[in-house]
Amino acid sequence: MTHDAEPVTTAAPPRPAADQDRANKIAVRDLKFFYGDTLALKGVSLNLEANKVTAFIGPSGCGKSTLLRVLNRMYDLYPRQRAEGQVLLDGENILDPKTDLNLLRARIGMVFQKPTPFPMSIYDNIAFGIKLYEKVSKSELDGRVETALKGSALWPEVKDKLGASGLSLSGGQQQRLCIARTVALKPDVILLDEPCSALDPISTARVEELIDELKGQYTIAIVTHNMQQAARCSDYTAFMYLGELVEFADTHHIFTSPTQKQTQQYITGRFG
Amino acid sequence: MAVYSRKRRIENGVFLALSFGAAALGLVALVFILAALLWNGVAGLKPSVFTQMTPPPGSAGGLLNAIYGSVVMTVLGLAIGAPVGLLAGTYMAEHGRYAKLTVVVRFLNDILLSAPSIIIGLFVYEVVVTRLGHFSGYAGALALAMLVIPVVARTTEDMLLLVPNTLREAASAMGLPRSHVVWKVAYAAARPGIVTGLLLAFARISGETAPLLFTALNNQFWTTDISGPTASLPTVIFQFALSPYKDWQQLAWTGALIITATVLLLSIAARSLGSTRTAK
Amino acid sequence: MADITMRDRPARRSVDAGRAAVLSRFRTVDSIFAGMTLGAALLVLVLLGGVIVSLVIGSMPAFRAFGLRFLYTEVWNPNDDVYGALGAIYGTVVTSVIAMVIAIPVGIGIAVFLTELCPFALRKPIGMAIELLAGIPSIIYGIWGLFIFAPFLQTHVEPALIAVLGPIPVLGALFQGPPYGIGVLTAGIILGIMVLPFISSVSRDVFQTVPPVLKEAGYGLGCTTWEVMKNIVIPFSRTGVIGGVMLALGRALGETMAVTFVIGNAHRISSSILLPGTTISAAIANEFTEAVGDLYTSSLIELGLILFVITFIVLAIARYMLLRIQRRAGA
Repeated sequence: MTHDAEPVTTAAPPRPAADQDRANKIAVRDLKFFYGDTLALKGVSLNLEANKVTAFIGPSGCGKSTLLRVLNRMYDLYPRQRAEGQVLLDGENILDPKTDLNLLRARIGMVFQKPTPFPMSIYDNIAFGIKLYEKVSKSELDGRVETALKGSALWPEVKDKLGASGLSLSGGQQQRLCIARTVALKPDVILLDEPCSALDPISTARVEELIDELKGQYTIAIVTHNMQQAARCSDYTAFMYLGELVEFADTHHIFTSPTQKQTQQYITGRFG
Repeated sequence: MAVYSRKRRIENGVFLALSFGAAALGLVALVFILAALLWNGVAGLKPSVFTQMTPPPGSAGGLLNAIYGSVVMTVLGLAIGAPVGLLAGTYMAEHGRYAKLTVVVRFLNDILLSAPSIIIGLFVYEVVVTRLGHFSGYAGALALAMLVIPVVARTTEDMLLLVPNTLREAASAMGLPRSHVVWKVAYAAARPGIVTGLLLAFARISGETAPLLFTALNNQFWTTDISGPTASLPTVIFQFALSPYKDWQQLAWTGALIITATVLLLSIAARSLGSTRTAK
Repeated sequence: MADITMRDRPARRSVDAGRAAVLSRFRTVDSIFAGMTLGAALLVLVLLGGVIVSLVIGSMPAFRAFGLRFLYTEVWNPNDDVYGALGAIYGTVVTSVIAMVIAIPVGIGIAVFLTELCPFALRKPIGMAIELLAGIPSIIYGIWGLFIFAPFLQTHVEPALIAVLGPIPVLGALFQGPPYGIGVLTAGIILGIMVLPFISSVSRDVFQTVPPVLKEAGYGLGCTTWEVMKNIVIPFSRTGVIGGVMLALGRALGETMAVTFVIGNAHRISSSILLPGTTISAAIANEFTEAVGDLYTSSLIELGLILFVITFIVLAIARYMLLRIQRRAGA
């Protein structure tokens, strides 16, 4: 099967050009990604709209996680990985070598597949990022930690044991702690890399509720292998396959009337 | 059972008996050495050992100056060697994990780790003692530091490599500078293992003799100044044990008991720390 | 502090500006720390390089005086200022060979016991006891050897060896002379006890890398424990065991204190292993501080260089073998 280089963007409503720039938080332009000599993203272009949730779906190895890891340049930690093309965050190309990676990553928070609490207390898991960037008083810090934990609906469960190790929490609680930790730094964009794949259904439901609450304030990109999850909590959905963006549209559209045959086959469970 | 022939059964029995015997032999050796040490060492374990200086031949005395010298040089050796080892291990596991240099450093560090300690003594003699023109406790501490570096570098690297990469990614994803990722997250996660390595290094140098023989030399008298020749327990044991005087030989046994007790306590502490980490 | 929403661009900018200021400060800290780790790593190279260079420089006078003759002459005479390393090299090699003859079978036997025979409850404590044996400082082995083990050999073992094995042609040459107690044999046995834990703990670790499936398959065919060890475990883990043995050999070759106490310090080659001898490290330990004159000192340093070269080769082989088994276990 062949498909066009340009993905079919059926749902983006027509807007004046100036307004479009304002609404698109991130614009990805002809992004290619290499692991050594292997081409993992074959020229992807799409826009992430501000204050919306964009889901990335597709079979394993399609490049959806790779795309996410380009957005905060996580790949820079490893040798022999490189990206070509443009990723514009508020109009600035973050692939520029001059980009301050720490500043970029402070703006773009990320939550991982496996919960990653740091080996320190619950309180410090959240506080130490804030302390790093800002001079805050003890009481203000306490307030920020409380707000973050309330924001991730973890407060009632941990308020009496803030000094306990973050590792002592259950998997679902750990993941919400990681979200709280990310939110506490007041990022612009939040990247979620299969945040529920290691969680039980109840924890998954809570994390999804959380995503719904967060999207009022943040631009969110979520990678998931769970199509129901994409359908439930995203505004736009991108379907990727073999390093290419096959279809990108309004979530409702993708799941009810996909224009590409591959998308249709994938969402009906015929491959992947 | 025809297949399970008599020959095979006997062969197996002999083999099992031999390996059982080997284990018994190893344990018996340990018990014998410790028993002899206790028997001969306790006999001379008096308060005067800790309050008096090493005596001239034929008179009673203690080991105070030797114990003091040992403690000072060991602590100083650890204080110099541990940070270097820690940083070198950090380079191999963190900043230089993918660098070609790391392969070379790791190999040479392993060589240094098992190099004969007397060679280290020769090196420090050549570089420090001949330059300064005299033996000193500082030279002894430097020689001990050179033994600490490879042990600490090795364990630090091993422990940091056990820290999952996702933890580093999570910390980097918050915009943490590299140094903070290492200090606040990687070190915190690897702390019990790193402490185990420090204790093992401490245990190793507190019993080392060969590198001190011609760096710190020895000193019959009390001095807190380690810029001159300095006594240490192992060198005093060496000197006293090979002497013909009964008093000296007794002090050598007692000193040996003190060293062994210290080393065993340190290694047991290190190991129990290590096992609580894996149990978690 | 007010919450910042997306539309609040100016507030967003000021937050970023604050962070940029903080981060630029961290950038200095970051590069200093990175530089320090690199420096420490390079220091390891420099130290090892320094060891080699200083030994080479230190041994130049002896090398100029004796050349290669140093390696194959046995004379060691401070009075005439003539030195040859052969006696010390010979002693080093022979004591290490004796140590290996004892430690390899016993060490592997212990490892087999710990992985196959020992009741589970006892595996950890016995394993730990044997590892503690490795932690005992070598001077303890020395003093024990001098006061307990050597007299024991002198009165109970050596007379019997001389009586029983002495008259046998060829082999008997090893067991001639009076029973001194101290000598090459005693030093070798004590070295053997010392390196035993290295061999057994490395072998045990390597045996544990054998996939249980392979062993189960062997037992499933009706193999005895001996046959499983001989045909499955040992072939699978041979490289690792050899690595452990080489590590122990490196240790035995360079060990100083345990040997110095009991070898007798005689620079000569005797066919009998009951007679005193010396090793490179024992010679350095005994004579270095008393060495008068540049040539004497330099000869001792050249001995050190020879020891370093020998152990370097042995250790390099050991590391290479252990690396191979690690790679396979990881793959």
